[in-house]
Amino acid sequence: MIAFNKYYNQFNILSITLVIVSLLLLTFKGLNFGIDFKGGTLIELRSMDSKINVATLRDNLNSMNLGDVSVKNFGNSTDYLIKFENNNNKNIIKDIKVNLDKSFGNNFDFRRVENVGPKVSSELLRSGIIAISVALALMLIYIWIRFEWQFSLGAISALFHDVIVTLGLFSLLGLEINLSIIAAVLTIVGYSMNDTVVIFDRVRENLRKYSDIKIFDLTNISINETLSRTLITSATTLLALLSIFFFGGEVLKGFSLAMIFGVIFGTYSSIYIANTILVRLKVSQKTILKDDDKN
Amino acid sequence: MLYFSKFRIIVIFVISLFFIIIASSNFLKFENKLLDKRINLGLDLQGGSYLLLEIDNTPVIEQKLQNHSINIRNYFKNKDIRIKNLKLSEQRISFFVDEKFRKIVLDEFNNEESELNPYYPRFKSHQLDIIQENEFFIVNYSPQGIVKLKTSSQDQALEIVRRRIDEIGTNEPNILKRGNDRILVELPGLDDPMRIKSLLGKTANLTFRFVTDNNEDSFGTEKLKFEDSNEQAIVSKRIILSGDNLLDAQPRMNSETNETVVSFTLDRVGAKRFGKATSTGIGKQLAIILDGKIISAPVIRDTIASGSGQISGGFTFQSATDLALLLRSGALPAPLNIIEERTVGPDLGQDSINAGMVALIIGFILVIIFIFIKYRIFGLITNFTLIINLLLLVGILTIFEATLTLPGIAGIILTVGMAVDANVLIFERIKEELKSENNNLIAFDSGYTKSRTAILDANVTTLLAAIILFFMGSGPIKGFSLTLGIGIFTTLFSVYFIARLLTVLYVSKNKERKGLI
Repeated sequence: MIAFNKYYNQFNILSITLVIVSLLLLTFKGLNFGIDFKGGTLIELRSMDSKINVATLRDNLNSMNLGDVSVKNFGNSTDYLIKFENNNNKNIIKDIKVNLDKSFGNNFDFRRVENVGPKVSSELLRSGIIAISVALALMLIYIWIRFEWQFSLGAISALFHDVIVTLGLFSLLGLEINLSIIAAVLTIVGYSMNDTVVIFDRVRENLRKYSDIKIFDLTNISINETLSRTLITSATTLLALLSIFFFGGEVLKGFSLAMIFGVIFGTYSSIYIANTILVRLKVSQKTILKDDDKN
Repeated sequence: MLYFSKFRIIVIFVISLFFIIIASSNFLKFENKLLDKRINLGLDLQGGSYLLLEIDNTPVIEQKLQNHSINIRNYFKNKDIRIKNLKLSEQRISFFVDEKFRKIVLDEFNNEESELNPYYPRFKSHQLDIIQENEFFIVNYSPQGIVKLKTSSQDQALEIVRRRIDEIGTNEPNILKRGNDRILVELPGLDDPMRIKSLLGKTANLTFRFVTDNNEDSFGTEKLKFEDSNEQAIVSKRIILSGDNLLDAQPRMNSETNETVVSFTLDRVGAKRFGKATSTGIGKQLAIILDGKIISAPVIRDTIASGSGQISGGFTFQSATDLALLLRSGALPAPLNIIEERTVGPDLGQDSINAGMVALIIGFILVIIFIFIKYRIFGLITNFTLIINLLLLVGILTIFEATLTLPGIAGIILTVGMAVDANVLIFERIKEELKSENNNLIAFDSGYTKSRTAILDANVTTLLAAIILFFMGSGPIKGFSLTLGIGIFTTLFSVYFIARLLTVLYVSKNKERKGLI
């Protein structure tokens, strides 16, 4: 049996530090919002001419007065991702096409064009925030119905930890937040909850079974009993996610990366956050028996 | 938990087979009328354009309030009540009435039978709100009145948008209302949306008006620019003909001038008015105005009584075709703005399908190998179940003719990774039970029973996340939540019926064997 409970305090301190650092990052560095949430235009180009490079392309586009233009390679050296902020010119895509054809010959294939106006982007951001909040609230209610409030608090703390730290990591690395990241965050919420619930289920079962074991040791027993399941499921989920990350194409990279972080944090938080909250709230057999009597 | 009746086994078998056959209809090329269903590919996979249009209702509101203010003046004039200082500014009408009439005026507006201000009994609201501000009355649209106005202009705009897109002839366009002032247009397979964008961006408000030199026109005049130059001309506000009077418009080649023109045919009313205007106005210039710009202003040489004519204006064949199309499909009630656009080229779509499939196959193989190494014979059962699970998932998506998107494929891959969880929970539990129980059957039975609540809770939480995503998410994200959500049901079915059945069959043949799992 691994003595997870020996490190409860150390890992709690680590988690609190991580959450604080993430919150500071989110406040001061902020998130790198993509055009879904900031508005603007995104163009994915493929060039048929290998002589064209990022610098020449950037110089050319800068001469068009598009404002702040970002030009990057996307996936491989002949694919480019161009982004710029909202522009009043309705024919901007056409103008860019004409300009590029004039300067480089007919060498570009417009693979993807996305244009999100300011109104839509703020609506998307708002509905993303609402979606995550509603998800957290529903999880809280579900656990409250299925378990006692101490468990609910433990599970929700773990969820907040996972969401905040994942976003913090995105802020630190400057990775782009777009619609698929919201989907990833919600899936992380589901996964982290899933993982926590399995351990909690065992904790509750053991609480009924053993009246003489303190919650400090009882959580450790429960974690150990479910450990192989936790590891196997994390492993298969990570295998699937790594496969998406490496082979699923550029569009899914951000999504799968967020999920990979989330699965790792979610597995960790089920052990070191959800359970330690039970310990700190001094959950005992009485906590669940009271509830059993009521039923 | 371990007993299966014959009947149940047959039901499980039939259900699985049914979905597998349906799933396979996606991959096989045979014609199958009974099961003629396929999974639709989302715009991100087959390529195409997604456009969200917003109707700018400001000009409509201005126009309607203008009509209302004329109405108000005439209405009270007939009742011998004098309205003073009638003004329209910032979307409100204000006017002054003598003290003794104020109560009557208020009553005329707030009366449920009011002709001036229609009452909507369903919403318990009038079309217009009237309030008294100092000496003045202020009239503007009530919230309910605005909603009515917006929905009606949305209905009209939708019809016109549909006609324009049908005229261009793209395959299976999807045109839907969003809210009360937006229209969503999905155009699968469309590579270059520029033409459609420019066609939808035009209101196509066509008028024929005389050019005047003096400012003494009784209808008022305005200065308008020419379409193709910076020249200006003063035109009367009196409308001789509008786009509503057109029956047909076609691009033509004028054989005399070798110029591309748009020829048009007028309805009876239009023909009469056009004939009259051209007979009285010989020698005058008749301006043809589209969306506030003069296309051309030919001098009238003859009376045109035939009810048909030509518009010339230095068109190319393409621009003449487009103008004819716009005139045929009619004017939009209000300008449309494209507030969101997402276009994916067909190559990128195909690349995404390929990448998604490679990721799915590799992810699937990795998980299968891992599970086989971990559980051996039970790993085989789990893996077999996983394949059935995938086929069930695809089968259900096919029955609903669901739309598969790239994130949707990610949802399927994730389902593969997470689907084994239920079996893992069960097998790990059985392992624990076997530590204190020698009878395999009893250990397996209690393993299934005791792991049930954990599996239920774990899946409900993921399902909750998927449901929220389905209702809050848009487009591709919806596809993800759909596959993730359906994946939960197929997983539970395949784990509790197929995997359990196979497990039972194996265990009942090996009741006494030690170290079974």
